[in-house]
Amino acid sequence: MGSQGGWGQSKEFLDLVKSIGEARSKAEEDRIVLSEIETLKRRIADPDVPRRRMKEYIIRLVYVEMLGHDASFGYIHAVKMTHDDSLALKRTGYLAVTLFLNEDHDLIILIVNTIQKDLRSDNYLVVCAALTACCRLINEETIPAVLPQVVELLGHPKEAVRKKAVMALHRFYQRAPGSVSHLLSNFRKRLCDSDPGVMGATLCPLFDLITVDRSPYKDLVMSFVSILKQVAEKRLPKSYEYHQTPAPFIQIKLLKILALLGNGDKQASEQMYTILGDIFRKGESTSNIGNAILYQCICCVSSICPNTKLLEVAAETTSKFLKSDNHNLRYMGIDALGRLIKINPEIAEEHQLAVIDCLEDPDDTLKRKTFELLYKMTKSTNVEVIVDRMIEYMININDHHYKTEIASRCVELAEQYAPSNHWFIQTMNKVFEHAGDLVNVRVAHNLMRLIAEGFGDEDEGADSQLRSSAVDSYLRILGEPKLPSVFLQVICWVLGEYGTMDGKYSASYIIGRLCDVAEAHATDDTVKAYATTAIMKIFSFEIAAGKKLEMLPECQSLIDELSASHSTDLQQRAYELQALLGLDAHVVESVMPLDASCEDIEVDRSLSFLGSFVQQSLEKGARPYIPDNERSGMSHISNFRSQDPHEVSSHGLRFEAYELPKLALPSNTPISLVPPTDLVPVSEPTYARDIQPPPKVATSSDALSADIGVKLRLEGVQKKWGKPTYSSPAASSSSSTSQKTVNGVTHLDGVGTASAQTRDNLYDSRRQHVEVSAEKQKLAASLFGASSSKNEKKASSHKSIKGSTGNVEKSTTVVKTVASSESSKQGTSAPPPPDLLDLGEPAPESKPSIDPFQQLEGLLGPTPVQTTPESSVVAGPKAPDLMALYGDIPITNPSGSSTNPMVTNLYAANKNSQGATNVSTLKKGPNPQDSLEKDAIARQVGVTPSGKNPNLFRDLFG
Amino acid sequence: MINFVLLISRQGKVRLTKWYSPYSQKERAKVIRELSGVILSRGPKLCKFVEWRGYKVVYRRYASLYFCMCIDSEDNELETLEIIHHFVEILDRYFGSVCELDLIFNFHKAYYILDEILIAGELQESSKKTVARLIAAQDSLVETAKEQADSISNVIAQVTK
Repeated sequence: MGSQGGWGQSKEFLDLVKSIGEARSKAEEDRIVLSEIETLKRRIADPDVPRRRMKEYIIRLVYVEMLGHDASFGYIHAVKMTHDDSLALKRTGYLAVTLFLNEDHDLIILIVNTIQKDLRSDNYLVVCAALTACCRLINEETIPAVLPQVVELLGHPKEAVRKKAVMALHRFYQRAPGSVSHLLSNFRKRLCDSDPGVMGATLCPLFDLITVDRSPYKDLVMSFVSILKQVAEKRLPKSYEYHQTPAPFIQIKLLKILALLGNGDKQASEQMYTILGDIFRKGESTSNIGNAILYQCICCVSSICPNTKLLEVAAETTSKFLKSDNHNLRYMGIDALGRLIKINPEIAEEHQLAVIDCLEDPDDTLKRKTFELLYKMTKSTNVEVIVDRMIEYMININDHHYKTEIASRCVELAEQYAPSNHWFIQTMNKVFEHAGDLVNVRVAHNLMRLIAEGFGDEDEGADSQLRSSAVDSYLRILGEPKLPSVFLQVICWVLGEYGTMDGKYSASYIIGRLCDVAEAHATDDTVKAYATTAIMKIFSFEIAAGKKLEMLPECQSLIDELSASHSTDLQQRAYELQALLGLDAHVVESVMPLDASCEDIEVDRSLSFLGSFVQQSLEKGARPYIPDNERSGMSHISNFRSQDPHEVSSHGLRFEAYELPKLALPSNTPISLVPPTDLVPVSEPTYARDIQPPPKVATSSDALSADIGVKLRLEGVQKKWGKPTYSSPAASSSSSTSQKTVNGVTHLDGVGTASAQTRDNLYDSRRQHVEVSAEKQKLAASLFGASSSKNEKKASSHKSIKGSTGNVEKSTTVVKTVASSESSKQGTSAPPPPDLLDLGEPAPESKPSIDPFQQLEGLLGPTPVQTTPESSVVAGPKAPDLMALYGDIPITNPSGSSTNPMVTNLYAANKNSQGATNVSTLKKGPNPQDSLEKDAIARQVGVTPSGKNPNLFRDLFG
Repeated sequence: MINFVLLISRQGKVRLTKWYSPYSQKERAKVIRELSGVILSRGPKLCKFVEWRGYKVVYRRYASLYFCMCIDSEDNELETLEIIHHFVEILDRYFGSVCELDLIFNFHKAYYILDEILIAGELQESSKKTVARLIAAQDSLVETAKEQADSISNVIAQVTK
């Protein structure tokens, strides 16, 4: 159905589409579109255009805009079209407006009135069109204008309208949470809607709300679990099945919500274990959608309080993903592994070879995902291998965004796990050399600080060795062309401070190189300033040491050039340098002391030395200074922003003159059965790019060194994935001992101590994968191997199992008591505490499932009067079964029964073939008559199927 | 959340775009250029996902047409693949073995269908039947409206003759 009867557009439009289809180049296409724009501009301005013709013009405008050209001259006509009485034109108008306008466009104010009117229409299709437009166009300012009507529509008899109203309200919440905060209870009510589509749509806003704050929704856990159970048991109508999987999109959304609710909440998690086990068991790993559900299950299991049985199943599923030939699944497997190792780092070892395969795969997406995984599992034993790999990859890519990300990850890992300062400096040099413009400037400052302070408390010898090696490497690197500005600044600073320190290089040599830098980067004032100051330092060190230094001609010309520079900063530096040259050794030494970068500079923040001056002025009659915040007349400006959003919106535009927007009564807040206990989320630390605290002016050197110590000293380094709550104690202790062995010693030694364990692992894996190359194994060993020995691992994992089972046993009793109290409150029979340790077998069904909606209504207090006949059934006691509720919908709906019976037949046929092939693409039988018809029409239009567009005529599924 | 939907032909021609997050006209052109470059050059065996500017773009190829959706980094890629397929199945049912030409000449109808499946970047309806029923209801109303308009204009035309 549908497209029979041609395409319904004029010849002109078809010609346009055709000529664009045949355009050979972008330039040709642009020319065609520009001439079309001219035509449209002329035609559309004509006041007597028939309305149907206008509709086509608007569609042509949409087409022009879709091709990336500006059609703003026609926006106003699209807006006008939304006012039209005819539904066809109105829909076209709304479609065009939603495609053209962003929410901040000026024209939106003209549409609000139409939307208001249409929301009141008695034609539900008009209401639907208006609600769709609401979602796109209504901004924070205009929400109050439509809000009351949208809320009213939540009770509309048509489920399509209710669904769209829910989504519109969700959108309003996303735009301006404050404006709908008093209406959030509506979402809970809609969760018990009789239509599964509305219920499914309600999960979107609930997911958002729970993401922000889960504590008010803890009481819904049981309801979500019960809905999920019923969905998984195929209790929804058949039309919600997708390739034989029962309502997979709803299942996935529910799993996402459960993951949030169960995070860090033992009691909530325990309520989910049974259903999660069920879904794992039912999970169909042959179809794409089945795998999507399984993946979401893994995410959920790794987010809630860990359960050993479920984790085992999750690990098993993950390994299936990883072993698959399908790249998509391997990608998901890597992601899942990244989630699981947060709970149990040992899982990674089993899959080391699969991970390395992914790392070396030509598929860029897979490679990047694997880098993300490696980033998550970096520790001090494997940091060198991982960072080296990352840098190697970073050098070869052009993608700016990803390069920035991977560079900052390298920096972060290096700062956190560097085995030695020497390695750190080398790594930083590489990062700066290849991505210097992309890393944060604080990283450069941190590097300078590290070189200046060295090991901090350790001996001076090591420090100076570090510095001279830095100077060596920088003098070498200076030969390379095209260095990033930030890196050059670091180089200049280090050369100025330490270039001549160990006497290896003469002062004039260093000055010469610095002059070269300044000369080569004539346009970069910052680099020139750094170079000049570095030259000044070298001169003053020499003068202070009593040596006589010849002025190099290139240096003199540099000074001359800079003293006439447009930049006052450069000028000042040049004059200071000249002035310094004329001073005697003693003065120079106090002006420019040697190695003074770590000295404290005391800043008198209260400016007390000005006290006498202020006093004098006051005595002469000057007005006393009034601090900013005490000045009257200024206060309201600073307070302006802090007004609550509700008030601000009421000051904004009003769309209903002389009538206050009605505030809905604050709804009765549901009684939460679960006391919000320890809800502090155990989030892993985030590693933003700006980890460094902003450089302070007056920090004591102690504080400074402590700061660096945090970055580079290894004793205190926290295990990255080792959340203290979840990781087994044995594992963390073992890894900390291996860290200790590495610390202070060079890294080679560290590998040596761990090599016995590595060999052990190597041997083990070799038995399994005889064909795997030695090189890969070596990489595997360096990535995974050196963490713990086999025996140790077994012991620790055993321990963790024991520990958690103990906990589980303990808490089941808690659940029992809680459950019994709950059941007495609700008056319904509570489920028996699920047998948590026995997920492998089907849990005994001791009772018929409770209707989740009934439960919910119980929670909401007095049941709101339902308008729809179906929902009155919900409240009725005799129909606890979802199936019964949904089953009759297609029958009661007249349009449902009147739809073409062919459709269902066709669909059934599709499904059969789908089931037979079991592949994700739908295999459709060829439909020769259809394609012949289309061919004929196409020929009429003049599009020839041969030549450049042979694929045009192949069916999409073909 | 889905940030935008793109339909690109193998030649890099845009067939349909729907933006759920605000993008200026300039940004849109840039996004399309960037993504078509990346996606069209990928081999058939590789992942159907591309990480891009902190988002993920999931794409699926049907004959000569690429359906792409841009999702947030924490979304489920496999699910998005199936949302694309869900959309294509509904298109297929509506047009009767859909081909690229249908979408070229009837892109506004494809927009209407998309509006019934996705709203504000979220999947609003996962039942094919419900979507088909709604679209049919809209179409039938539009058809009657059209006929009326035709007949009125005919009458006017005859009277004025």
